[in-house]
Parts: sequence; C-alpha cells; structure tokens
Amino acid sequence: MKTLPSTDVVIIGGGWTGLLMAKELGARTSVSVVILERGGPRNLQAYSADMDELDYFIRMHMMQDPSQETLTLRHNSNDRALPIRQFGAFLPGSGVGGTGEHWGGMCPRLQPDCFELYSKTVARYGAKRLPEDHSFQDWGITYDEVEPYYTRAEQMVGVTGKAGNLRGQKIDGGNIFEGWRSTEYPNPPTKIPYLSSEFRKATKSLGYHPYPAPAAILSQTYTNPDGITRAACAFCGFCERTGCMIGAKAQPTNTLLPLVQKHKSVSIRPGCTVRRIVHDAAQGSGKARGVSYIDASGEEVFQPADLVILSSWTLSNNRLLLLSGAGTPYDPATGKGTLGKNLTHQVSFPAATIFFDKPLNRFMGAGGIGIRMSDFDGDVFDHSNLPFLRGGVLGATMQGTQPISTFGVLPRSIKARWGAEWKKASIDYFDRTGAITFAGEQIPHKGNCMDLDPTYKDHAGDPLLRLTQNWRDNERKMVEFMTAKAVEIAHVMEVKEINPFPGYGDYDVTRYQSTHVQGGTIMATSPERGVVSPYLQHWQIPNLFVLGASTFPNSGSANPTPTILALTYRTADALVERYLKKPEVLA
Amino acid sequence: MRRRQFLVLSAASLGGVLVYSLDRRVSRLLAQDKPVQTLRIPLRFFTESEALIVAAAASRIFPTDDSGPGAREAGVVIYIDRQLAGPYGRDRYRYTGAPFDENASREFGYQGKATPSETYREGLKDLKGFDRLTPEEQDKRLQQIESSHLFALLRQNTIEGMFCDPVHGGNADMVGWQLVGFPGARMSNYADFDKHYGEAFRPKPISLEQVLGRKVRPSEDEDQK
Repeated sequence: MKTLPSTDVVIIGGGWTGLLMAKELGARTSVSVVILERGGPRNLQAYSADMDELDYFIRMHMMQDPSQETLTLRHNSNDRALPIRQFGAFLPGSGVGGTGEHWGGMCPRLQPDCFELYSKTVARYGAKRLPEDHSFQDWGITYDEVEPYYTRAEQMVGVTGKAGNLRGQKIDGGNIFEGWRSTEYPNPPTKIPYLSSEFRKATKSLGYHPYPAPAAILSQTYTNPDGITRAACAFCGFCERTGCMIGAKAQPTNTLLPLVQKHKSVSIRPGCTVRRIVHDAAQGSGKARGVSYIDASGEEVFQPADLVILSSWTLSNNRLLLLSGAGTPYDPATGKGTLGKNLTHQVSFPAATIFFDKPLNRFMGAGGIGIRMSDFDGDVFDHSNLPFLRGGVLGATMQGTQPISTFGVLPRSIKARWGAEWKKASIDYFDRTGAITFAGEQIPHKGNCMDLDPTYKDHAGDPLLRLTQNWRDNERKMVEFMTAKAVEIAHVMEVKEINPFPGYGDYDVTRYQSTHVQGGTIMATSPERGVVSPYLQHWQIPNLFVLGASTFPNSGSANPTPTILALTYRTADALVERYLKKPEVLA
Repeated sequence: MRRRQFLVLSAASLGGVLVYSLDRRVSRLLAQDKPVQTLRIPLRFFTESEALIVAAAASRIFPTDDSGPGAREAGVVIYIDRQLAGPYGRDRYRYTGAPFDENASREFGYQGKATPSETYREGLKDLKGFDRLTPEEQDKRLQQIESSHLFALLRQNTIEGMFCDPVHGGNADMVGWQLVGFPGARMSNYADFDKHYGEAFRPKPISLEQVLGRKVRPSEDEDQK
C-alpha cells in the first residue's frame, strides 16, 4: 500500500460537520487538513437539473448508492438480519456536502432536558417509571453550555423563525416551550401556505401554541457572519431530496465550501472511500496513525495524520469504528461495551392525513416551511398518568408535493387501488390532501443497537453494518396518543375526511421516517458509558474525534442538524484553543 | 443481439399522434398536421407482443375515460420500455447481494432476486393474449395477479409513466400533469406562495427541457448509443 505524505489533520467525510471543522481549522490555524469524501464533487449550477422527480425523488440520484454499500436490519437479536436493498426509512447522502445537500432544512434546537434525559426523568417521575429495557443516560453536557454554539450555528445557516423564549421571557407567537435563547432568530419567518395557516387557526382555537417552524431556508437575502450571502426561498417545491438551485436552503456547499476552498492548507479529495482508521490501540488505549482509503482511481493508499476527525453520516461513523476495531463493541446481552449502543431513530409519521374540500396548491413549498406546536414535546406536559414517556411536535408543513410520490393517497372509504374509480378519486383528491405530521423521540432501549453483519458485504468485501432496531411499547403508546391529538385538531380544521395513522407495527424500511438516525458512538463522561467524551474525543484513541448525531445518547424530537453543528463548533473551539497547542485528553 | 422490435399503434388510439423522433423525443402531432394512420415506435426492451400486453394492462390500471386521458395518451408503455432497458431494469440502484429471501415480511421491502426486467419478462409469459381480451376480462385477469410482484411494478411504473418529466418518455405533452394541476419544473412561486388560499392556482405546466432551454440526457439513456 502506497503511503502518502503526512498531514496534520485528516477529516473523513465532507458534509456539514467535516466542512465546518475544516472551515474553522482553515480560518483559525495553519494546520494542514485533508478532507476525504467518498462521493463526487458537486456543481451548484447543475442543481436546476434536479427538478426531475423520477431521477431525484424516486431513483434518489443524490443518495448513497445501496448497490455499493447498504445496511442490514433485524427487529430483535434472535432474528436473521436482511439487507436494506433500497433506502426508504432514511436516506443517507453521498458526495461533497453529504446529506446536508438534500435535507429539508428544519432547524429546531433540542429540548434542554434531552441533554440530561436520565437525571431529569428520574427527578420528576422516579427511577421506577423508566421502562425495564431502557438505556437512558445523560450526555455530560447541558443545554446552557451548548446555547452559545446553537446561536453560532443558527447564524451560520441563517435560520428563519420567531423566538418564543428570549432569556426566559416567553413571547407569544414563538415556541414558548423552547429552551432559552440568547438572541432572536437571524431571519424572520417565511410566508406560510394555506394548509399551515388553517392548522394555526385550529390549534390556537384549541388553546395550543402554534409557531413558525424554524428552518435553514431564507425568508430574505441574508449575509452570515462569515460573509456568505444567500437569496430568499422561491418555494419551487424541489427541496428535500434535491439540492437548492438558488442557495436559499443552507447547504454545506453554499455556506462552508466557498470558505474552505480559500485556504491553501485545506484540500478536499472526492471519490475517496476510507476503509480503516489505522491505530495502535488494539489493547486498551493508543493513538491513531492515519487512515487507509481507496482513492478515486481505485488504488488503496495510506494517509498518515496526527489528528483524525471522523465526520461521516451517523451509521457510517459506527461502521468505520467497528471495522477499524476502534472501541469496545456493545453487547446487548450483558450491557458491556459501548460501540453500537443506543441506536435511535426520530419517530416521524403523518398522524392525520386530511382531505379538504378546497385545493391546497401544494406544489408550492420548501422543506420544513409551515407551522408547528410543541405543547406535547419532550416533557413539557405531565406524563404521570400517561402510558409513555417523552413526546414531540405536531405540525402542518408544506415541502412541495411531487405527483409520482403522492398520487393515489385516498380516504380509507375508497378501497380501489387501480382502475377507473381509483383514478377519478386520486385526481379529485390530488391537491386536496394534507397532513398533520408528528416528529418525536424514540427513547433509547438496551436492545436497539448496531454491530457488523456476519453475512452481507459491501462491494469491497467488508461486512455491512447491522441494525437491531424496533419500535417498543413507549413509541407505540406515544404514537396512539399523538394520533388522537392530531385527529382532534383535524376536526376543528373542518376537513372532509380524516385518515388517522394506523399505528406502529414493526420498524419498516420502506416507509420514509426521517434521516435522523442517532447514536452508536455516544458521548459520556466515562469510557464505561460512551465511546467519546462530551468534547467528542474518543476515550481510547485521544487523537480521534467523532462528529455528528452518532454521538447523541438519545433522540430528540428535534431534527439533529443544528445540534450537530453546535457541538462541532464546541469541539472546534476546544481543538483550536487547547488541543492543537497541547494534544491531550480534554476535560 | 435481437432484431429491433417496434410497437405499431394506430394513431386514433392515442388521441392524436405520438411521434417518436430519431433523437428519442416523443411529441404529439394532431391529425391535421400529418395524416398518419399508424406509427412504429422502436422498442428497447420489450418485444412487440410484450409491449402490447403492457400497454393494455397500464390502460386498465390508469384508464382513458370521462375523468381524462390515461396511460395510453401519456405513452406509459414507452416509458416502461426505456426504464427496463436502462439501469433501473437491471437493478443498478438496488443492493443485490445474496442470500435472497422471497418470503421476507413486508417491512423489509422486496427481497427477491429478480431484477425489474426479469420480473416483467417472466411475468408477461403468463399474460399471453391479454391485449386481445375485453376490458372486463382484462380487469378479471389483473385481479388474479394483484398480489404479485409484477403487478406491484406495473402499478408503480404506470404512475411513474403518467407523471414523470416528459424527458423520460412518459407524460407525453404533460397530459398527466395537466390532469392533476401539477406545473412541472417551475422555478419560482415566490409571489404566489401565500396567495390563492383555498382557491386553485394552476400555472401552465413546463418541462425540464423547456425551463433549462437545452436537451437533458435522462439516466436511462446512459448506455444507449
């Protein structure tokens, strides 16, 4: 294997976290940085060609190619896992910018108590309330510590929204249940569509507290603190699953890449798939020496580095650490080990599909634009007499509807699935179908975890990552409760018909849930409980840092990107101000 | 290599004439433009008899009737033929590592071995003569195979062929988009987003090539000469 000239820092993955770290290191230090990205470069000028539902929404041309590498799934540890042959429940990205190119831009912060899930839950309800198979633990960092970094992240991407809690002062029209904010959102909310406006009216009349969904989608021209200027959203409706052709949606390529490219000390190598983090920590602790990867020409090379930053997508972070033997694999039977522990997937479903008399013009929209309410989020409501813990957010958003994906969604009273009756009804209802959606927490369970699959391999012959994941009692009960709330709201909206969500059966790889998969390389204040420290430094390999939602010990109802960015800023500060001057364990 | 097959259709059956030009673009000529009685569409994957069966089945799934044009006018069979000849047809986008499990539960998605092109080729053997049945007989026959993987593909691919961008060979003249009021590759709705509350706003559909002002090479053409 050829050995390349050494670099100070190697960054694995050129998405949100990798490019943010590269931007910070490039601007604030003189260290040499190499970013390895398995996918190709991206051409923002070519994003207008994405207005093609078939190739981008159905065939998913921006996503990870499952024919090369996918994952396997089983519902519990006694089952044989099967490969996820086509992505459905979540959609990993590939290419410079990663999943951040085709995200929807929804940008809420986590509820403050998400960072202290164990202590806060026990304090309020007692340890007896925790489910028998729970795996609750604290992050080792609090919301108050993360708040300044949230603010930096929001200013970087230009979040639109309205504050509901400014330093403890509750503000009408914003989310009064959100954690305290030191400043107002950088941009005012966008315009909202008819569906969301009807949802706002209905929830207000029921005494709830609707607010504009915070989104990294601009309502006006905005220049961020780095000097990056972007345009306002035009609501074209080609948003989630595609890149934004005008740059209104924040993407790593339009907020970070132009800055990263300015620095001669930073280089990006696309088409480079990392196969191993090379280290000498086989026995206990040691140091990473670099990474081996297959370059764009197909040759396997070794890149020595003093500092390794692992910043690929959640599940890829887990797989690479497992393949590299970097960490102690988690064993759900004994509870020993940490790597692969606490896999969670944000609960997300259409709680009520609603059919209107009036048209909704739903081809107009953008990811995460609309109205939400947090009256049943986290622990803001009392669970003493409820059969589940935690909660989430109900909302009516309009991301822009594409016809192949949505034709044929019908009230349950119509049974036909093809033929004249189905066709006529599907045409009639095409633009009169909306949804009250729910996004909530999957609490961590001992049995939901990851390891390497014994059977299925990727194109290079390495084992696939195996997910052991299923919905449990807590999610199923929560789904029932939230569905009833959504139906109550739908009745006030005077809709013609309502399809309540049928409930959670087994985890389904075919139904899109969200791309918010979390955990596996979780943070904790001790190596017995987590793979990394709250500074995201690997407990056994101190010159390895792991960024992204793989470090979350539990899911929030909030989409993870703002938290991921905030924690990356925090680690970047620690690296620049302390570690690079004196490489040691950060405390 | 097999001899190129053609799908021969009568002009009247298409409600206007679909013309299949040399650069593989589909456009519609009205009867007064050119007195064409039949047209020969070059096929990439299907044999002529397979194409007639698929066209007939797609027309029962998405019929042409009082509620508007259907699979026939949109050219759904042309769309499916191109998809099956391209990367989709040979499972370019699916993980195809063994072992397979034909009996896996629904939550795992399709776990079989057959590619879409193999599923069509094999499945259509059982539908010989389908295109010569009466519509009522055709519906009965489709009901018998409703739970098959072939039918799932036929239904999904018919919807795709109705509503894809015309560059893919279906949705000819954007008939599908007109049917549901979808405007296609429309770049900006800035002024209209918070207007028209409760009223239909129906801009004229526009295709990707019209918006970009250039030819677009769809992914299914990547291995076509």
